Amino acid sequence: MSDTKKQEQASTHKIGIYLWIWGLLFVLSFFSYMVDWYQFQGMLRWSLILIFMFLKAGLIMAFFMHLFWERYALVNVLLWPMTAIACFIFLMVAEFEYTVFTRIFYFVVGG
Amino acid sequence: MSDPKIEGYTFKPGFKGMAQDTGSDQTMFKGVHWGKAMMWIFLLSDTFIFSCFLISYMKGRGSTLIDWPNPSEVFGLHVFGVEVPLLLIAIMTFVLITSSGTMALAVKYGYEKNRKMCGWLILATAVGGLIFVGMQAFEWSKLIHEGVRPWENPFGAPQFGSFFFMITGFHGTHVSIGVIFLFIYAYKTFKGHYDEGKRGWFTTMKGDYVEVEILGLYWHFVDLVWVFIFAFFYLW
Repeated sequence: MSDTKKQEQASTHKIGIYLWIWGLLFVLSFFSYMVDWYQFQGMLRWSLILIFMFLKAGLIMAFFMHLFWERYALVNVLLWPMTAIACFIFLMVAEFEYTVFTRIFYFVVGG
Repeated sequence: MSDPKIEGYTFKPGFKGMAQDTGSDQTMFKGVHWGKAMMWIFLLSDTFIFSCFLISYMKGRGSTLIDWPNPSEVFGLHVFGVEVPLLLIAIMTFVLITSSGTMALAVKYGYEKNRKMCGWLILATAVGGLIFVGMQAFEWSKLIHEGVRPWENPFGAPQFGSFFFMITGFHGTHVSIGVIFLFIYAYKTFKGHYDEGKRGWFTTMKGDYVEVEILGLYWHFVDLVWVFIFAFFYLW
């Protein structure tokens, strides 16, 4: 009896870890709101937004969605497709820069 | 993590386990509940949908020569005679994170077979989601009153409206569907369906607390998407 109880408890996580992550998410959200509050501009603003965003996303995925404890097969199936999204972002950045270039070019030079 | 054991099969952690999982015959993710594996696959496809929306938003915003509306002002609220930037969005973010935390705890208590705590926490999550949807409805009606349309708006580049309604609308739909399921699951938890192994309405699958974890994955994903929308649409 005591053995099975031990096993059941081993399969869940301590409440502390969830409360910690929860608190961290609040703090990070507060920080990202402060980025707007103090009206940081330029590279500082974008880098802060991205840092807080990736930290929050990582915490949610790793601990709330249990990926930190999951088997590698599942983690790899989920994370490798993200490289396709990264490629798509890269392509579309090139695309919108080209669009802006042609728009400015034809506004100045004319059709 | 909480996957049941299969007889004659011991799972190895790390890359060895991955090779064992993908390289052997018949099934992948051995011992993982099929509902959980399929929820992950669904969330992966959903990730691509939201990525396409956000990337098209990036493309649209990047290629227009007209100034983009300043989200800090557009989404600001006038409270007690003071103009507070982005106030409603900040509150919505905190509400969604709160509900995500209660969901994580509900999953934990579910695995400990603590029926009451699990039920109450799912209910709290549902209420949080409902508050979020309510505030989003308020935000939408406020912007529509101010003249924001998918094809025009008084603040700047006309593309703003279409991206706003499309992205937040799709996310809001996800939240709404989640809220409906959270209420259903709260009912099922309180009724003890997961303790007795009662079968569901649309399935012959026996009820189990793993269903709470599957719903939890969906709900955390909704929160995850909001993290990206908050960063790219509201803060950028």
